[in-house]
Amino acid sequence: MSKKDSKKSVLTLHPERCKGCRYCIPTCPKDAISVSEKINQKGYKPVMVDMETCIGCGSCYTICPDYVFEIKEVQ
Amino acid sequence: MVERLIPTALVEDNKFCPGCGHGIINRILAEVLDEMKLTDKAIGSMAVGCACLMVDTFGVDWIQSPHGRAAALATGIKRCRPENPVFTYQGDGDSMSIGFSETMYAAFRNENITAILVNNGIFGMTGGQMAPTSLPGQKTVTSPMGRNTDLTGQPLNIINQMKDLNIGYLARGSVTSIKNINRVKKYIRNAFETQMSGGGYSMVEILSPCPTNWKMMPDKSLEHIDNTVTTYYPLGEYVKKGGDSNE
Ligand SMILES: Cc1ncc(C[n+]2csc(CCOP(=O)(O)OP(=O)(O)O)c2C)c(N)n1
Ligand code: SF4
Ligand SMILES: [Mg+2]
Repeated sequence: MSKKDSKKSVLTLHPERCKGCRYCIPTCPKDAISVSEKINQKGYKPVMVDMETCIGCGSCYTICPDYVFEIKEVQ
Repeated sequence: MVERLIPTALVEDNKFCPGCGHGIINRILAEVLDEMKLTDKAIGSMAVGCACLMVDTFGVDWIQSPHGRAAALATGIKRCRPENPVFTYQGDGDSMSIGFSETMYAAFRNENITAILVNNGIFGMTGGQMAPTSLPGQKTVTSPMGRNTDLTGQPLNIINQMKDLNIGYLARGSVTSIKNINRVKKYIRNAFETQMSGGGYSMVEILSPCPTNWKMMPDKSLEHIDNTVTTYYPLGEYVKKGGDSNE
């Protein structure tokens, strides 16, 4: 395996930015996103992600109006 | 796979309502500026409307224009600073109602600026009044029975007003899906490339949800754009002359 192939895309979540629009939930091809019961500082129930199911495709990053998701490459 | 990191111009959380399209459009614009290495040089002409919430959160140099006058202000900035990328970021009320004249004349003069016009079919910031872009029958606080086109005319299609002018680039997109968002990003990039190559006026109109004033849930707002709004405002690239706008 080349060095490039061994990199993995990993999602970082910023739930404190979430305003609960839920655009990401139907956009995720793996159904990895659900709603948390906790209320964040902005007063919304933020989304949460099942990291086991997430493939790091970045669909949530693209649709999110509030910059809740980032995809980082790790070795 | 590509990294998807928050672009550098997004220096603070935005202040838009839940599900507001401005948040998505802000991010796309910031991505394009980063990818073209323009973030440090860009100068924005700021509209009045929810766009002005960007003053603290979108990290480029801004000048606040009077309501509707962003294209006139951008003209002045660009003529003084021809090397800098200069853009307006305006709502439909700002650009197509109070500022219709300034918007049209900048295009008419083929000013070498980029206009980002966010059409949510309503005066968002002031609480949801009818705009020239509101749809026939659309209920707003100033058209509680629905927009009556006999009294107020048909929805204003700015692209139809501009597409026969001598300009560099003209396109309309929406932010309702990954595919549409990626397209808008390409349009915004084409617009800035037109400007940076001296290609004349470039404008991208973006159909955007305002769930708060439409009184619709965010997911229904996206469906409404796809099913109804786009029938009045078709998507696509209308003028694309590259750097060759004065032929
Ligand atoms: C000269 C003047 N007239 C009216 C207003 C009130 N005003 C503030 S924002 C706005 C409407 C903005 O609507 P739009 O441009 O569509 O932006 P949106 O908030 O929908 O994104 C109006 C009429 C003002 N600030 N200045
Ligand atoms: S009022 Fe409408 S346009 Fe303004 S921030 Fe809220 S959703 Fe966005
Ligand atoms: Mg508006």
